[in-house]
Amino acid sequence: MSAPVSPIRPPLIEGHKSYHDITNDLVSPTERVPDKSWVIAFLLSVTVLGFGIFCIIWTIWHGIGTWNLNRTIGWGWDITNFVWWIGIGHAGTLISAILLLFRQKWRTGVNRAAEAMTIFAVMCAGLFPLIHMGRIWMAMFIFPYPNTRGPLWPNFNSPLLWDVFAISTYFTVSLLFWYTGLVPDFATVRDRAKGIRKKIYNFLSFGWTGSAKHWQRWESLSLILAGIATPLVLSVHTIVSFDFATSVIPGWHTTIFPPYFVAGAIFSGFAMVQTLMIITRKILNLQEYITIEHIESMNKVIVATGMIVGVAYLTELFISWYSGYIYEQFAFFNRALGPYYWSYFGMMFCNVVSPLFFFSKKLRRNIKFTFFMSILINVGMWFERFVIIATTLARDYLPSSWSFYVPSWVEIGIYVGTFGLFFTLYLLFVRVAPVVAIAEIKSILKTAGDQYVGPNAIHHHHDDDHDNDHGTHIETDHDHGYQKVSEGATTVTAAQATKKVDSASAQSRMIGDDLTKIEGIGPKVSQTLKDAGIYSYAALQQSKVEDIQRILDKSESNFGGNNPESWPVQAKLAAEGLWEELDQLKDKLDGGRIA
Amino acid sequence: MSNSKEVVYGLYSDEQDLLKAVRIAKSDHMEIHDVFSPFPVHGLDPIMGLEESRLHIAGFIYGMLGALTAFLGMTWIFTKDWPIIFGGKPYWSVPAFIPITFETMVLFASIGMVVTFYIVCGLGPGVTNEVLDDRLTDDKFAIAFDTHDVTVDSAKSFFSQTGASDVNVKVI
Repeated sequence: MSAPVSPIRPPLIEGHKSYHDITNDLVSPTERVPDKSWVIAFLLSVTVLGFGIFCIIWTIWHGIGTWNLNRTIGWGWDITNFVWWIGIGHAGTLISAILLLFRQKWRTGVNRAAEAMTIFAVMCAGLFPLIHMGRIWMAMFIFPYPNTRGPLWPNFNSPLLWDVFAISTYFTVSLLFWYTGLVPDFATVRDRAKGIRKKIYNFLSFGWTGSAKHWQRWESLSLILAGIATPLVLSVHTIVSFDFATSVIPGWHTTIFPPYFVAGAIFSGFAMVQTLMIITRKILNLQEYITIEHIESMNKVIVATGMIVGVAYLTELFISWYSGYIYEQFAFFNRALGPYYWSYFGMMFCNVVSPLFFFSKKLRRNIKFTFFMSILINVGMWFERFVIIATTLARDYLPSSWSFYVPSWVEIGIYVGTFGLFFTLYLLFVRVAPVVAIAEIKSILKTAGDQYVGPNAIHHHHDDDHDNDHGTHIETDHDHGYQKVSEGATTVTAAQATKKVDSASAQSRMIGDDLTKIEGIGPKVSQTLKDAGIYSYAALQQSKVEDIQRILDKSESNFGGNNPESWPVQAKLAAEGLWEELDQLKDKLDGGRIA
Repeated sequence: MSNSKEVVYGLYSDEQDLLKAVRIAKSDHMEIHDVFSPFPVHGLDPIMGLEESRLHIAGFIYGMLGALTAFLGMTWIFTKDWPIIFGGKPYWSVPAFIPITFETMVLFASIGMVVTFYIVCGLGPGVTNEVLDDRLTDDKFAIAFDTHDVTVDSAKSFFSQTGASDVNVKVI
């Protein structure tokens, strides 16, 4: 059962889509022959990946000595890149799990791609610790299994081992969650396909039929997976931060690390989702499914988590001074004014200063600016990990062992190679699977489609194919008691349609209803309400008085004297076309106030 | 599970029509074999009289199993099988076991639930189920009656009453 939606929520699916349109739009990218831009991007990614594989083989063949790590700086680009990628891998589960629990409908537009991104980012991340082991063929030693060496077990007290468990669990759960969501959509692709494609998608869809009992279990499964993935996603970066926080290195040994790392991970993950989605929606023509509303919502998350990260940076600085511990103080002095000062200021600018631009609604809704910011943020988050890891290690307790570090071509090659891996997988994904979750988009259509909510909502169904269908909705809705807004709107509309269909209502389709007919609403207030998404009598009727008051309070004009307490009641009469009753009511009112 | 059934079904174009039809079928005491839809239709389960899924109970059991496996395993390894002192800490250092216990709990719960889900639904790699209509994963909703429970004629009159199209008999 879906949660009640505020009538002032803007639509999330544009273009008056029917269920069939949704299927067409979202499946067709997997049915077309790939176009030139995809082929070029794919070849480029594979080439870069090839170079990355070459560098990995080079490392394994010649040993870690091909990297420029030294005795002082034992962790350099390898662990920086590991933490960076794993951080990026946090947005997918956050979007699909936490936003599912919070019933945020905008997640449906981006969850599929974000989850895919999570899986690919975690794969890139996992590469680094594996190669960094040096003898990768011994990698199974990290798992506790009865072995011929004693049996000798790993150290369960070590955060590095916790990492093994956290990341492998995270990868597995993300993959299961993602694939279970894909199964019904693969069935949709299957039922349109022919020949060999039908066979392949039949295999991928696991024999899905869409039976009611299956859907019920599927929803139950999604909800519980979301419930347990939520603490999981928080635990993963917490444990990554323990890799540092449980050590005795000044600048690492801090209790602030877990929340600070988790916020940073969400911050960079959302930035990466923005980067990908802005390109994907453009190339696959998904602007009607991944709307400006989606982009703005993600930008709000970015500004919130960016500020948490900023506060964490400043807290660290303050506490290092306040602790009175000279090594801690030196560590921070060294970060800001030492040989790697540029990475510290890069981090501060990209992560603390630049997200503040998103306090401007205009910039939040500007696609080019968002794209630019999304890149900038991930550059900043890379600097953050570099500052924490390499800068801190470079100046340790013993000045005689101080060192400086620049990566070798092999290290750079491996890092660049992970981009090749990431984009190769992502490009394959957009070809094979529907990028937007088809079934989930269909299930929010009636509450978030722009023909049902928002300024372009159709208030009369005479020009709509589904005219008769909607006529039958009315009783269904009422006697069942499900009052979703869109259905409410439909109800009213249909009633209105039978009562009076005049030229004014045709006009209302374009600009909404004439709200000034309500006593207490003038042209200015009417415009304010329409800006806030209340276009029709139906929407106003459904609005809470407090919500309306809030809209008025927030607007720039001074509406202090307006009292909206009677507006929903008036709107109800107007929506039903009971103009005489409305006039009688108005006589009793005093400037909109209930006298 | 492959004992085939003969079903008679009709297609609806909107979930509200489907819900209405299901309610009518229920009030007429017609036993519904199954309902098919391209997405989960809210409010359908209580009308159809479907019991709540017990998957969460299974998930809880798997999770407990995972937590116990990890915690007891680590306890046995570090106190009995191969005790080692790390940093002067006790052998049985419970706080250090918490992260792995938690991760294993989540791992067992999710793998267990997903596997259970596919098994109880009879779905999985290599499974092919007969599809009533290709549009059921696109924009159509279907009610199917087993021809043993509901005669084809009464089903047909039900479908024409409730505005269904493409009424057909099929063996699944």
